[in-house]
Amino acid sequence: MIHSLFLINASGDIFLEKHWKSVVSRSVCDYFFEAQERATEPENVPPVIPTPHHYLISVLRHHIYFVAVIQSEVPPLFVIEFLHRVVDTFQDYFGVCTEAAIKDNVVVVYELLEEMLDNGFPLATESNILKELIKPPTILRTMVNTITGSTNVGEQLPTGQLSVVPWRRTGVKYTNNEAYFDVVEEIDAIIDKSGSTITAEIQGVIDACVKLTGMPDLTLSFMNPRLLDDVSFHPCVRFKRWEAERILSFIPPDGNFRLLSYHVSSQNLVAIPVYVKHNITFREGSSQGRFDLTLGPKQTMGKAVESVLVSSQLPRGVLNANLNPSQGTYTFDPVTKLLTWDVGKINPQKLPSLKGTMSLQAGASKPDENPTINIQFKIQQMAISGLKVNRLDMYGEKYKPFKGIKYMTKAGKFQVRT
Amino acid sequence: MTAMQKLLQLPVNAVNMVKTVQSQVQGQEEDKSPVLTPDSGQQAWYSALQPDELRHLRSGGTGGGGGGDQEERAPLEEGGGGGGGGFQTQPLRHDDLKEMLDSNKDSLKLEAMKRIVAMIARGKNASDLFPAVVKNVACKNIEVKKLVYVYLVRYAEEQQDLALLSISTFQRGLKDPNQLIRASALRVLSSIRVTIIVPIMMLAIKEAASDMSPYVRKTAAHAIPKLYSLDPEQKDQLIEVIEKLLADKTTLVAGSVVMAFEEVCPERIDLIHKNYRKLCNLLIDVEEWGQVVIINMLTRYARTQFLNPNINESLLEEGGSGDKTFYGSDEDEDEDEEEKEKKAEAAAMAKRKPYVMDPDHRLLLRNTKPLLQSRNAAVVMAVAQLYFHLAPKAEVGVIAKALVRLLRSHSEVQYVVLQNVATMSIKRRGMFEPYLKSFYIRSTDPTQIKVLKLEVLTNLANETNISTILREFQTYIKSMDKDFVAATIQAIGRCATNISEVRDTCLNGLVQLLSNRDELVVAESVVVIKKLLQMQPEKHSDIIKHMAKLTDNIQVPMARASILWLIGEYCEHVPKIAPDVLRKMAKSFTNEEDIVKLQIINLAAKLYLTNSKQTKLLTQYVLNLAKYDQNYDIRDRARFIRQLIVPTEKSGALSKYAKKLFLALKPAPVLESPFKDRDHFQLGSLSHLLNAKAGGYQELPDWPEAAPDPSVRNVEVPEWTKCSSREKRKEKKVEKPFYTDSEGESGPTESADSESDSASGSESSSGSEESGSGSESEESKEASESEEEEEEEEEEQKKKKKKDLKKPVQESESEQSSEEEERKHQRKSKPRKSESESESDEDEESESESSQSESEDSESEAEVKKKKKTAESKPPPKPLKKESKKEKKEMSLLDLDDFEPAPSPQVTPVNTFLSNSLVTDLEGLSLSDSVLSPATIAPSSALKSYELLHRITGEGLSVEYCFSRQPFSPDANMVAVQMQFTNSASSDTKNLHIEDVKLQSGMRVKEFPEIELLPAGETATAVMGIDFCDSTQAANFQLCTHTRKFFVSIQPPVGELMRPVFLTENEFKKEQGQLMGMNEITEKLTLDVKCRNEHAIVQRVTTAANLSRVPCGSDKECSPPVPPPDYPVHRFAGRTVTSGSLVLVTVATKEEGAAQLTVNCEKMVIGTMLVKDILQALTQ
Repeated sequence: MIHSLFLINASGDIFLEKHWKSVVSRSVCDYFFEAQERATEPENVPPVIPTPHHYLISVLRHHIYFVAVIQSEVPPLFVIEFLHRVVDTFQDYFGVCTEAAIKDNVVVVYELLEEMLDNGFPLATESNILKELIKPPTILRTMVNTITGSTNVGEQLPTGQLSVVPWRRTGVKYTNNEAYFDVVEEIDAIIDKSGSTITAEIQGVIDACVKLTGMPDLTLSFMNPRLLDDVSFHPCVRFKRWEAERILSFIPPDGNFRLLSYHVSSQNLVAIPVYVKHNITFREGSSQGRFDLTLGPKQTMGKAVESVLVSSQLPRGVLNANLNPSQGTYTFDPVTKLLTWDVGKINPQKLPSLKGTMSLQAGASKPDENPTINIQFKIQQMAISGLKVNRLDMYGEKYKPFKGIKYMTKAGKFQVRT
Repeated sequence: MTAMQKLLQLPVNAVNMVKTVQSQVQGQEEDKSPVLTPDSGQQAWYSALQPDELRHLRSGGTGGGGGGDQEERAPLEEGGGGGGGGFQTQPLRHDDLKEMLDSNKDSLKLEAMKRIVAMIARGKNASDLFPAVVKNVACKNIEVKKLVYVYLVRYAEEQQDLALLSISTFQRGLKDPNQLIRASALRVLSSIRVTIIVPIMMLAIKEAASDMSPYVRKTAAHAIPKLYSLDPEQKDQLIEVIEKLLADKTTLVAGSVVMAFEEVCPERIDLIHKNYRKLCNLLIDVEEWGQVVIINMLTRYARTQFLNPNINESLLEEGGSGDKTFYGSDEDEDEDEEEKEKKAEAAAMAKRKPYVMDPDHRLLLRNTKPLLQSRNAAVVMAVAQLYFHLAPKAEVGVIAKALVRLLRSHSEVQYVVLQNVATMSIKRRGMFEPYLKSFYIRSTDPTQIKVLKLEVLTNLANETNISTILREFQTYIKSMDKDFVAATIQAIGRCATNISEVRDTCLNGLVQLLSNRDELVVAESVVVIKKLLQMQPEKHSDIIKHMAKLTDNIQVPMARASILWLIGEYCEHVPKIAPDVLRKMAKSFTNEEDIVKLQIINLAAKLYLTNSKQTKLLTQYVLNLAKYDQNYDIRDRARFIRQLIVPTEKSGALSKYAKKLFLALKPAPVLESPFKDRDHFQLGSLSHLLNAKAGGYQELPDWPEAAPDPSVRNVEVPEWTKCSSREKRKEKKVEKPFYTDSEGESGPTESADSESDSASGSESSSGSEESGSGSESEESKEASESEEEEEEEEEEQKKKKKKDLKKPVQESESEQSSEEEERKHQRKSKPRKSESESESDEDEESESESSQSESEDSESEAEVKKKKKTAESKPPPKPLKKESKKEKKEMSLLDLDDFEPAPSPQVTPVNTFLSNSLVTDLEGLSLSDSVLSPATIAPSSALKSYELLHRITGEGLSVEYCFSRQPFSPDANMVAVQMQFTNSASSDTKNLHIEDVKLQSGMRVKEFPEIELLPAGETATAVMGIDFCDSTQAANFQLCTHTRKFFVSIQPPVGELMRPVFLTENEFKKEQGQLMGMNEITEKLTLDVKCRNEHAIVQRVTTAANLSRVPCGSDKECSPPVPPPDYPVHRFAGRTVTSGSLVLVTVATKEEGAAQLTVNCEKMVIGTMLVKDILQALTQ
């Protein structure tokens, strides 16, 4: 399966390599660099690159390319999914997954990689098992370690690997027993020039943070489970029960995890919480362009639209923009031609607007493309699909846990064409 | 502590000493293990690498095979560029690392190891530290130890002999009481790539494969491919281990061992048979990575073992194949015809044999479906490809939703998923059509994703949605991403060629693009327009004129070439412009690109042929220019064309045809998806993604013509598991006695396989069903022995029912079952009371029992019938009935005694004869006190006999056989075949016996005892038993006499593969309720005129199949009698002989001879065949 892994930073240096079978020379990455040169954008490097004797499968995350070398047939998604899992694990361990963090913790990284793959086949990818094997570095532990010379390697044996619930540590103890669930929904939408919705879908997740003693068995039920017809689960969820009763029944992993993610597809009607009025024009023969943008709330069920951020890639011909925001701040990068406007909260009484002119290259013809506008926003305490948790029950343990539910709606890939 | 261990504690020098000792040993073994010698060792290791990497490696000097002196090698490394600039100072630093490693303090060691690991991670060479590091393999500190392992695994290959020093530590670890330590020891041991320890590894793997702990077994499975890559010679032994581990029942092992299987012996598909059902059932609990591997493997397996579920659909598809011929266009008509023929053949075949899905095939589909909800994209993809390749067309749709969901994931995942969706959307467009909008493109998508989405959108385009798609394309054309715009234009072109309705619209749109400011856009449009125009040039001369004007501005060579070609090809449509264009081109000829030059020559030639007056000189000029061109292609072309078009004396016959050559009608190009036909690669695979076979790719086999024997997947259950499962069932039974009528008391019989078969089959179904059907099969198996009791019990039950009418059914039955239990205990002791009793005795006993039970069966049937009738006619003659029962019971007891001393199996035919007589006896008995018509007892009377050997071919010996419908005593799972030998020759026939039995796997035959002498003119009877494994495949064998051998075969009608069982109407309905859906086949028919009364129907059905009638209305006995319905429903029940699957037949009559036939059977093949047979019996 996976032979070797190379980590390559944005400037093209291989800063870490790991081999699970015999060593593959790093010169194999030359093929990758070639492909990288051909691609105009970093994300356009093909994920799978064939070379005469190997295949390179890569993912790009946090400006680091994770390049896996494989030698024979293997489902590409298998490798890609695994690489993403590696990145997730690093992020989980070090908080961020940057070159510096990896270099600082190179020994932990190496130990992790060693445990995650055996002979190129995934062995332990569950974060709870890994944390039993290798303790994540914290500032306190690093200090203690340097003084006492103790180690990051877990003292006790990783029994989690043996149990029927490999995702949960045994012997968990908390003084405050809490279980929090965040229902987060993202709206992906494409809005037409005229303001009509071309496509809109909702991508929802329920992230959980469960800190409960012992082996609790939880059930979570919804007011309107019919909404969830396209769901993927954490392995802890009992599928049969869901099929039969539409109840989530599970023994939760310890700590943070994604309980389920769901998809409300474009066939359903999706409420669009904001609207955009725009007037972006370039006139033929003039070196000026007009830019006029107004945002407003729509179908928000009385909730405030917060953290609004508008960004737009202006045409290459635009030299500069001289705009006047009614609230918030805007920036225009003359090199990348990226315009961002940090709006903040939308006040329904006084709609935020951004007006002004753009200066164009003199003499050049008017750009024939209009920029698309990407919008980000957040709405607290509302799930746009209308999903509601009914109740959460716990079995198997005696104590009474504290339970919390939070709803949030965010913009995902929310685009307005102009 | 071993000597080796002590050595480990010694300083470096001592280790070197060991090395010399070892190198002596090596010297002796040199021939055997070449890897140990420095040179060849290196060779072996290099040969795995590619030349370009090799070069790098050599300069890097990553180390020799061993025995090398550190000091000697150090400078070499310094010279190498492998590690980079830091090397100058390294010897120094390495010295202090060595010092740190030699110290007593763990913290120092740890610090040193951390630095070393950091070096490895950066790709720097740390191999010279090997001796210093390897000593610490036995270090107490866990982290040091772990890091030493990391180091060891990395460099052991290069320092083989030194690595050996560490082996004993791991060997000790393998014996540790803690499973995790055993596992990790095995893991590191197997990761050390040193050839000399292959035997040790082999031993360790074998031992670990039978370890108590599943985790250790998992590690053993992981170790198998490691050892295999180290020494492929071990393959055979490793396959043994794999076979063993495949039988493992834990989810922990399953994924890993299948992975090992795929790496070592993917061709040994036979190893999977026995584990197939288990793997299917475990699948959902296996960890996600294992799921991917297992699903991919099972896809391949299913392709070899099951029939194509779309055989019938593919025919329909051909009829209205909008989506297929759509892209295929008209050109491959010939091909189509061939295909049609083939399909017609297939259709004929399909008509003969309706497709029925193998239950195992269904099991796989059912058990993988939930995994579409996995969070792991690889699992979802694996299931999707499984459904795409294996599922009936109607069911494939479920994967679309899941695949669309994956599109929200990381862009790499999107990339792979979209590639697969593109391939799927060609074959199954309807599947993704509802999700069209999910493939709309955002400006923020990376270009490669955009292009793939476009591909999918184009594939999905049809007459109904083309307008929305084109509107969407309109916005894409304005995008800033020019590569994407170009792709969009091509997509529009493809839509236009595929959908004729929008061709003009598209063309107009593209022509407008010709005035676009971006040259790339214009060029791409030109190329696409050229292709479109080829379809109907005469209409569009104005477009051609417009394009001719473009030649002044467009610089992109491909576009220029396209325009020139167009003008040349359709010069008669633009007679005025064409020569002018040629003039311009001749002027700029020398500055054009090669591709344009070629087209200029082309244009000149064509114009010369059509309009030589105006263009003669121009052509000459162009050809002269071309003659001296730098490119030889162009020179050659010029020379060739000159010879063709300019007539000279020398020019050959070809010039006459110049016009035909140049102005031939050219077919319009077919714009095809690059994803067409990619689905011959397994979807989701690397090979599919690259559209090229990757190393180690296992071809996805085509469906077999005929299904291989499904019985290979039947599993023989070892006795202990069976017992335990039986115990479990008993427990269950106490809870839910409803499902079980009888509980087997016999020990494991030969038919164990059939039991597990049906049990595992039903495991996947819902829990309650499981217990029910599980015990059912068991019951049927033991039926031969316990039927008798069953009957008795049932009768008792009935009595009881009569006693307390209001008691709920369930309760009474539970009581019954407890009674049954008691009985069982009593009985258990009975047959085994004396050990001296010979086996044949026991056989006889059971036989007689069963034959008797058979007769009772029919008897009770008769009785029930009678009951019904009496119920109808109100006053029930209770006392009478009871009496009859008593009588009967006495008789059976008596019979038992009678037959017990029967001595040899030779008696078999006689025996059946006797039992036959018994049947008639009993018939008479029941007849005597009932008004029942005798026809209900048809099974034994109307036996159809078949010819096995004709008098003429048999040279006087003729053999006929019939299915006697008696249980075959030596083996209850066999169908008894009664053969009648007639010797019509003039001489005696001697030594009649069977030889050379050729059977499908799983089938068995019990031969009849040899007939020593068959005098002339005499007739003899013999009974043989055949286990047909519930299939209608023929049993072939040779019938031998003392002089001749005859090849004969016996093929059973499907109706003979079952034996009757007695069910009450309630039970029948209950069982029927559990065999719905796929297991139910319904057919409407019109009854034959002669067979519209009850009697005839019952007789015909029972003749066609060995079933027993289910008494109608018997369940109503406890309730007040209900008038019989106007149109009676007849029910029949039986079980297949081998697996004991229930076969339920219902004939519901309606007015005017219309009727509906329903067959419920778990074995769908049997069900369908039975439907046919009965249908035939009832309609003729």
